[in-house]
Formats: sequence, C-alpha cells, structure tokens
Amino acid sequence: MKFHQTKLANGLAVIAELNPAVHSVALGFFVRTGSRDETAAVSGVSHFLEHMVFKGSEKYSADDVNRIFDEVGAKYNAATAEEGTLFYGAVLPEYLPQAFELFANILRPALRQEDFDMEKNVILEEIGMYDDQPSFTAYENLMQTHFAGHPLGQSVLGTKESITALTCEQMRGYHRDRYLAGNVTLAVAGNTDWAQILALAEQHCANWPVGTCGRATHEAKPPGGLKVITRPKSQQEHIMQMTPAPSAQNRLRFAAEILSVIVGDHSGSRLFWELVDPGLAEAADLDFNEYDGSGSYMTYLSSEPEAIADNLARIQAIFAEVNQHGIREDELEQAKNKVASRVVLRSERPTGRLSSLGGNWIYREEYRSVDDDLAELRGITSRDVRELLDIYPLGATTTVAVGPMESLA
Amino acid sequence: MPEQIIHTHELPNGLTVVIEPMSDVQSAAFCFLIPGGSAFDPANHGGTAAVLTDWITRGAGDLDSRELSNALDNLGVQRNESTGLNHLAFTAATLGANVPAALLLYADIIRRPQLPDEEFEGAIAGIEQSLRAIEDEPQRKLMIELRRRCYDAPWGLPTEGTLEEIARITAKSVRAHYDRCLRPNGAILGIAGCVEIQEMLALVSEAFGDWATKPDSAMVTGPRGERVGHIDHDSTQTHIGIAYDAIEYAHPDYYKAWAAVGILSGGMSARLFTEVRERRGLCYSVSASLNSLKHEGRVLCYAGTTVERAQETFDVTLHELQRLGDGIESHELERCKARAKSSLIMQQESTTSRATSIARDWHFLKRVQTLDDIRRDIDELTVPGVLDYVHQHPARDFTVLTIGPNALKVP
Repeated sequence: MKFHQTKLANGLAVIAELNPAVHSVALGFFVRTGSRDETAAVSGVSHFLEHMVFKGSEKYSADDVNRIFDEVGAKYNAATAEEGTLFYGAVLPEYLPQAFELFANILRPALRQEDFDMEKNVILEEIGMYDDQPSFTAYENLMQTHFAGHPLGQSVLGTKESITALTCEQMRGYHRDRYLAGNVTLAVAGNTDWAQILALAEQHCANWPVGTCGRATHEAKPPGGLKVITRPKSQQEHIMQMTPAPSAQNRLRFAAEILSVIVGDHSGSRLFWELVDPGLAEAADLDFNEYDGSGSYMTYLSSEPEAIADNLARIQAIFAEVNQHGIREDELEQAKNKVASRVVLRSERPTGRLSSLGGNWIYREEYRSVDDDLAELRGITSRDVRELLDIYPLGATTTVAVGPMESLA
Repeated sequence: MPEQIIHTHELPNGLTVVIEPMSDVQSAAFCFLIPGGSAFDPANHGGTAAVLTDWITRGAGDLDSRELSNALDNLGVQRNESTGLNHLAFTAATLGANVPAALLLYADIIRRPQLPDEEFEGAIAGIEQSLRAIEDEPQRKLMIELRRRCYDAPWGLPTEGTLEEIARITAKSVRAHYDRCLRPNGAILGIAGCVEIQEMLALVSEAFGDWATKPDSAMVTGPRGERVGHIDHDSTQTHIGIAYDAIEYAHPDYYKAWAAVGILSGGMSARLFTEVRERRGLCYSVSASLNSLKHEGRVLCYAGTTVERAQETFDVTLHELQRLGDGIESHELERCKARAKSSLIMQQESTTSRATSIARDWHFLKRVQTLDDIRRDIDELTVPGVLDYVHQHPARDFTVLTIGPNALKVP
C-alpha cells in the first residue's frame, strides 16, 4: 500500500492509499461541517443538506443521480454527524471516473425549491422513524443533556419544528459558507493510480470556491444531569450515560479505545460478564467517542425496568474498581488480540480503509498505515491506561433514561 | 476476475466441507451450518434451538464458559452465533494463521458442549430480554410477525419463540434437542480466505471424522397466521409489511425473481424508492427483498411512515408491486445487472461473505456457484424472461400487516 497527498490550489486536501491487490476503489468527500457548526436557526441543516446533495445539480436531476450511481454499480451513501458530513462510494476501478465526476458535481447542488419542499417530508419521516427506536431517542437526548451549552449538544436531525421552519434560502447560505474547498478532504482507497486521482480532482474540483471555516474546539465541561423520558407502554428501560474522555487530538485516545474494549466490548468484557452473560441485561456496553477538542465514554444499558437500579449499581462498581486498580495485563493482551484482528479484517476492504484514512486526516492531518495502527496498539501499556484513568476516570456524569420508569430513584 | 478455486469434500458421515482459498488476504473466515435450527423446535416450545445457540458456547471440551470466550478472543476471532430455520450457524473470522486453532475450539463447542446447569438461566434470560426489546421496536416486530402470517409453521415461526414458550423450556428439553438434532449428516462447513486446502481437510477429518450420524429429526407443521391484520402500537410511525409469493433459491428462475425484486427495490433508482420516497416524499424507509427458503419463497416489503401518510404509502406501494407485470424498461434491468456484477466482485474482498455464500449455496443447491457462474446467469437475463416470470408469479394474494396507531384499508 502506498500513500499520497497533495492540496489543490483552492485548498482541497487530496489523500490516497493505493492497493493494487484489491478489486475495488472507494472514494469519500469528508466535509468538515455538522450539527456543531449550525446556529439554532438552522438546526438540522447539515443533515438535510446531505439529502439535498443527492437531489442533483444544474447538470444532473435527482433521477439522473440515482440512475447513474446504479448504472456504475456503486455502493454509495452519505452520513452526517456532529462534526462532519461524509459522501462516499465504492466502485470497480473502471467506473471511478464516472462516480468521481458525479460526486464532485452534486457537491455543488442546485438546491431547487421544489426538491427542498419534497425532501422536507422525508426528513420529517426520518425523525419519526428514529422516534420509534428507543436507543436512538436515548442517544439524541444524552448528547443534548451531556453537552448542554457546548456545540456538540446540537441535534444532528434537528426537530420537527426546526426542519419545518427551515427555508431553502437558509440552506443555500449554509452551503455557500461551509462547502468551501479548504473545508473538504477527498480521500481515496483501493485499486487505482495517483495520477488518475490528481487528474480527476483537478478536472472536477479545481473550480470549488476557496476558503476554510473555523470552529471553536474548546473542551466541553459537561454540567452533568439526569433526564428521564417516560414511555409507559414500553417493555425495556434504555439507559445511556456519558462522562468526559480524551479528544481526537489527545494521545490518550488509544488507551481510551482499548479501555472501552476491556470494560465494555459487546462480548468478553467486564460489563459483559457481569450483566449480559448472566442475563441481567439485554445489552451493557461502553464506547469511547472522540470529537474535535472533546471526548466521551458512553455507557449503554438495556434491561427490564425492575433490574435497572441493581444493574446501574453493578456498572458503577465496575467503574470504581477500574478507576482504583486499573486493568490486568491478561485483559490488556486479550483486548489487543481482539482489536488487531478487527483492524486487519477491516483493512481488507477499501471502504474499511477509507474511514480510517479520512478520519486521521480531518482530525490530525496525519496518515497511519495498518502497520502503524498495529504497532501503536502493541505499544499500549497498563501504565498508559493508568495515566488515562487518572485524568479521565470512568463515570456517569450525565444519565438519560427512556422507557416505562418514571424516575431512577 | 481472478480464477476461483472452490474445493468440496464430503466426509463419510455426511459433513460437507467447502473451501475457497483467496489470494491477497491475511484473514480467513468459516461458516458452520449444523442441522437443528428452529424449524425442529418441539411443539409449543419455540425458542428451543435459540436457547441452545446461546447455551452451547457457555463451556465446551475442557474449557468453562469464560475460558472458552477468552481463548477465542485471544485468537482474535470475530464471531457470531445465530439460529436459522434449518441450522445453527456459527461464523468466525480471524487471521488465517489462527483458523486451525479456532476450528478446534468450534469442534469442542459443536461436539462436546458442557451445557452446564448453572449457565442455563443466563441463556434463557438473554432470549427473554431480547424478546422484550423487540416489543419496543415496531419495525423489527412487524417483520417477525409478517413471516408468521405468510409462511406455514414452522417456516414462519419466530426463531426465538415467544415469551410464553420460553417459560416452558427446560435444560432437559434443550439437551434433548441437542441429542436429537445436531449431527454431521447435513452439516456444512464453508471456509474462505488465507488457508491451505489440504491442511483444512486434514484438520476437519481429524476433528469431525468420528462424529456419528443421526436419523432425520421430526418437524411440527401447522397453519400460518391471518392474511390481513393490524397490531395496535403507540408508535410515531405506522409500520407497513406486505408479502406475496415468490420462488425458492434452487428454482431455475431464481435470478429472474431476483431481478424482478431488484427492479422494484434494488438501488436508489429502483421503483419503490423513486415513486414512494423521491416523487412523493411519503417515507424515509421503503424496500422489498426476496426471501427464499429451500422449498418456497416470498417477497417481503416494508414501509414506515407517519399516520397521516400511511394509507397513501400503502396504496402507492401496492400499486408499484402490481404494475411490474405491465412492463419493464431494458435500462432498469441493465442497472440491476451492473449492481450485481459490482457486488460479486466486491465479495472477493471479504472472507466472511465468501465463507457464508459457499456454505449457503451448498445448503440450497448441493453445489457451489462460482462468481463466473453467477455472472453468466445474470448476463443471460432478458426483459421478456423477467416479465415472463412476473406473469407466472404475479404480485397478488398479499399478506398485509400493519403496526401503529391505526389500521389501514386493505383491498
């Protein structure tokens, strides 16, 4: 695998990891804009705009976009989160030029009023769909409560009210301000050559407007709190908790990642053996989420309401034990073996490499090969985890509950 | 496309091993299909096979539950156990070099499970939790209940049973299921990735060669549920499920059926997405998929939409299903072919998907299709051929189930 990078004159970063041994090529446009970059007046616009991109440009209609992607057999999609909007696809190498041209073209979307009005219905339906998924409701409310007063607390989907009130003109303004060449990274992984990528980027992206966007990345200072959303007819109670963890720029993030595997992986972790294996909970896991300037550990528990108090106490006891005594060497070794295998398996597909390639670049402007990741993993020691826990102990600063319970007391 | 080597070998006891070595990968995966799935659950004891699927990994050979889990983790095994209608399915992926050791651990799990009393309650409780969680997720519940209404028992029954049934299951009845159903005759092991054929064959013979065959297990059959129904639910959306007859995987017209569903729902330019979502903005999620079993098949459709738009969503979706027989444009079929070709080639980048595909092919077809075979079948599809299939198997006699605040008018 070989890495290349450049920057076009307008500021668009272009990076590629080429691998002639795979059969396909994946490309992604990572736009550094998400819900944290929105004002309250346009809440949900990043995600709505992601949908509108697929409604086409001056050159392509919505039908054209859907048709051409299918004609080239692309596996493609887009995703919007708190900090970024990603447009990505995988194609056979011979179709890269067509897929590239289409993506690059629609990233300057026409944003037609009639398409905007129609797609607004779809967004409202998407909000309704997630409303019927309790774990999503819990996540949405947890982010808002935990990061209250910080941009990370802003909703990705927006609300029924904010989406209804949003105008096409506001969206055009947001696109004009945020989809600037210097705010986008183009990443390519898989079977193609660098000269072709450069030529495609020059041909289709060189006319993108120059500019970059700032973003306040001060570390969040979560106030903490409890929010209970009561749904009397539900069967299970869903609890999510967050507490501060290292940011995407903090070197302790590697230790945080391995700690989350040891404590809260979906199987074979401390939470698994204590809660899931004996059948006390349907799910009990710990994730580490890294953001620009902030980070969080996120705990998820789903169980019968009657068992919630006891289960939460068990989780707190595990956290207290880990905070005080750290982790064992055998746990660390086992977690490394698990993660190393995941890294290798994921790397065998270009789409698997793409997210790691783009993520490393937009957060840290660094390239890390699979071997770099494996070496970093092997190098983590229990002392690193100790250092992490001293600064960022496990805990439950903020709690959100969704289910039949009226209170957690 | 690189040349594929697929080696098949049947042990004297009836276990079939299918091996596909792959170049340019470090990983390997295997998929073990063992007879004894939920279709063989005893009457009114739905969930028996599902409990076994959980319990069987809680200690095997000389290792207790935790030692076994640690051993698999230390080999970097990414694993999944699931209960199918026909089989218990065990899939595992890790570095090719670790596959022999992992396979030996699975030989213990499958042939020498401890099924310890003290782990039984945990296995039962896990399934109960999962069943309760489904009650809170109307989309998942809908598809489970739709199957119950469009297939006769046992094919439409939920693999995890019901809360009432789970309460009846005992350690003794699950052990009896293990003794009665799990066997080498009819078992399939698919292995794909960075492995040597001869090494794998020797290993499998050693680990499974002396596993004794068993007679066929009995199956309890019964009627399906009501054809049209509604379940009241305090949800934001109305969740709509529609099913109609299609064909089995081994049917000579299988790829025509696949293309017919592809034209309806194969990509974002397909008809359902275009007409229901793009043109009318009625919903976020609408889809149809071909669900083929060994002896029959259905098309299963889903749409989720808010209450006010539910009737229109249902009417438009149904109309799209029905009008497929009126005509198909050649470019619609060409797009299906392009997507299929691309998927086939990309499958070569995942050892897990190859291991699963070759095991599944053997189950359904008693042979393994190479990617070239499939590509030839896809290339041979024509508009008149697909239309002919649609006319022979039209979308009609719909099974319809809705979950949400209000029932819909179903013609």
